[in-house]
Amino acid sequence: MSALARLRGGLGSTAGVYLVLLGVIVVAAVVVAAAGRNLFTPGNLTVLMTSIAVLGFVAIGQTLVILVGSLDLSVAYLVSLSSVLAAGTMAGASGGTVPGIVTALVATAVIGALTGCLVAYLQLSGFIASLGVGLLVAGYLASYYRGTTGKASPELAAFGSASIGPLPVPTLLMLACLVLAVVLVGRTRMGMHLLAVGGDAHVARMSGVRAGTPVVVAHALSGLCAGIAGVVIVARLGVGSPTVGEQGGYDLLSIAAVVLGGASLAGGRGSLWGTLGGILIFAVVDSAMGILQVNPFLKEVVRGVVIVAAVALYARRAAPLVRRRFAAGAGPEPAEASAATAAGPTAPVTEGAER
Amino acid sequence: MSHALEVRGLAKSFFGYPALAGVDLVVEAGEVHALVGENGAGKSTLMKILAGVQQADAGTVRIDGELRTFHHPQAAYAAGVSTVYQEFNLLPDRTVAENILLGREPRRFGLVDRRAMRRRAAELLAEIGVDGISPNALVRTLSVAEQQIVEIAKALSYEPRIISMDEPTAALAEHEVELLYAIVRRLSARGVAVLYVSHRMREIFELCSKITVLKDGALVATLDTAETDESEVVRLMVGRALSAFFPEPAPGEDRRELLAITGAGNAQLDGITLGIHRGEILGIAGLQGSGRTELLEAIAGVAPFTRGSMRLEGRDYRPRRPAHGIDAGIAYLTEDRKGSGLALEQSIEDNALAVVRSSAPRRARTAARGLTPLLSELDVSARGPEQIVRYLSGGNQQKVVLAKWLLLDPGLILLDEPTRGIDVGAKRAVYEVMRRLTAAGHAIVMVSSELPEVIGMSDRIVVMRDGRVAGSLDRGPSEEQVAALAAGTAVAA
Repeated sequence: MSALARLRGGLGSTAGVYLVLLGVIVVAAVVVAAAGRNLFTPGNLTVLMTSIAVLGFVAIGQTLVILVGSLDLSVAYLVSLSSVLAAGTMAGASGGTVPGIVTALVATAVIGALTGCLVAYLQLSGFIASLGVGLLVAGYLASYYRGTTGKASPELAAFGSASIGPLPVPTLLMLACLVLAVVLVGRTRMGMHLLAVGGDAHVARMSGVRAGTPVVVAHALSGLCAGIAGVVIVARLGVGSPTVGEQGGYDLLSIAAVVLGGASLAGGRGSLWGTLGGILIFAVVDSAMGILQVNPFLKEVVRGVVIVAAVALYARRAAPLVRRRFAAGAGPEPAEASAATAAGPTAPVTEGAER
Repeated sequence: MSHALEVRGLAKSFFGYPALAGVDLVVEAGEVHALVGENGAGKSTLMKILAGVQQADAGTVRIDGELRTFHHPQAAYAAGVSTVYQEFNLLPDRTVAENILLGREPRRFGLVDRRAMRRRAAELLAEIGVDGISPNALVRTLSVAEQQIVEIAKALSYEPRIISMDEPTAALAEHEVELLYAIVRRLSARGVAVLYVSHRMREIFELCSKITVLKDGALVATLDTAETDESEVVRLMVGRALSAFFPEPAPGEDRRELLAITGAGNAQLDGITLGIHRGEILGIAGLQGSGRTELLEAIAGVAPFTRGSMRLEGRDYRPRRPAHGIDAGIAYLTEDRKGSGLALEQSIEDNALAVVRSSAPRRARTAARGLTPLLSELDVSARGPEQIVRYLSGGNQQKVVLAKWLLLDPGLILLDEPTRGIDVGAKRAVYEVMRRLTAAGHAIVMVSSELPEVIGMSDRIVVMRDGRVAGSLDRGPSEEQVAALAAGTAVAA
């Protein structure tokens, strides 16, 4: 019963995301088939599943930050930082695996938390705070690293190429983190307060929520997620790179994925499952264009069109909900209206509640 | 015997100006106590101190005899004082249950227990006698009245000894007010003390057993409702007798038809035929959702008619967007003063000149010169045209909105709930301005949920029902006649 209600309410826009995903899959399959190829070969699917891991981690963190009403532009630099710290620390040695990962993740989580503090306690906008912190990190990377550095430990490299059945292990780990984040948002006080602060910080504060904490936590987790993404890159490439995050464009792509997932940039509305849908939309489009060997510039154009078209579609869906005046009281039948005027304490004032 | 709430000598100043000067207030358990006064009399300050939003400079607050000071809203809730604000403190994208229990979500094994949350929310709603609101409904899908109920349930979830309500009926239609009455009576029967802030005399006399009148931050009197009457309360509030609350009708000389609507309709309206004359106030009555606001929006070009025709001064008038209405000399003052009528962070001057600057920039300089006299004619009390609108009282804000449109010299003025949430003195001032405008040949169409206002001010009343004109009444009908038309029942009298 509750699941049904949530389907209609909270997850209503997520259903829209998956409808768009379905549409994209159909169009991609048709276009690929028209070129005499098949989108659904096991090989293509594995490539697709592999490709979503890194962006997936970054987007999980970005979703949390956007839900709390902030924005994280530092993720791309944090991915790079994590990759050079992890690869540099482990330097190809088995014993370096754990120290390398821990160093990378602690650094990125702490930097994320710092950004969060700037937003929560110095009242900077998330845009500016994370941009500033991101540039600081970029400066550090540019001064201390020239080209690729370090080396993945054999264990980490094995993790990067391992797969269970058709599913790559890093992608499985990403999905596990996604589930954890879903539980965090939907089932913990921290998650509820995160949504509340994103929806209206004043209301949250008046209800006794410490409005700063969710902001800091969301940014710290975003940093952590970017850090994990960096480690996964090291596992794949075998080395760390000070520019790998920027090259991946993870800052804007992760924001785009969250928005494609139906979240509101104003905060308080959106879901992690929606974000997963957003990532898959990108992955399918990229995968189809990869198979067709489309010119890289055209790729960007197609991505842009997909983002704009999908979000325009969501906006149309949301519109009737925003302007609803005909709620309780005046039903379409005059009889109902007269019943409402004689309303007693248990009068049915809620015809409007059931949509 | 200790009182549920005992306030002694409460004082608070802002920047050296006293907002409260030694106020006493005693409310017993189960009592519904009205707190009245003009805007700026200190009601809100008193409420905010009780809610822990502001701190008093001097004086004491005792709850059940215990001395309390609140440094944070949470402390007030914990001490048993809940507050229902006029502006809702709800999250539109969260469910009813999540809103009610925000900050105190029940947990089980460390995770939020959603089932317990729904159960608790349903219990609270049942406690105030409402069973039609689902705890799973998103707040954004609820009507204003339902949101008000959720607010009250939220206030109740703190198990308060005292609930203070700021203008709880301000956003409700007539028939929804009855439901609120029932809720308030239920609370009082359970022994909760209710501090009821309102401008509406009828409600106060219907619900409250005691009335405390504040004026200029000081206590004027605490009265037994049984031993007083409306005119005494109003006299104490305003400090002068308002013999007749509504000004005499002053129809203008020129009574030609200004706007004729014939067989018009759109998605929400159908078969609208009516004429609007210069020098007259046409009142639009009807239940919430009957199409009152939609009618104004159609005339103004916000949500235009798709069928039928309109003729303005004999010429075809087909607005497609608000700019067309403005160009044709139609002013539209929305019911949502703060949302769509004013830029709160800008000055009075910038707000007042906004429409002129955008639609007739060449007249902006002349208009700017006319602004100061207009503001004093409207009796706006402010330090000057450069004052930021946020810091004005509701009545003064409404006058700034009026000024903004009057600078355009509109022929037709559409007013949606022109006196919502403003105090008695400011209401009277708005009424006088309306009369002056009609005397000068302007036509006014006014939508209002307050029947006395519609009846007292209108030269003619059109009653809407389900997007249609249910009937039209001449000046001075009884409330029953209007209500019967609005509800669609047979006319009793």
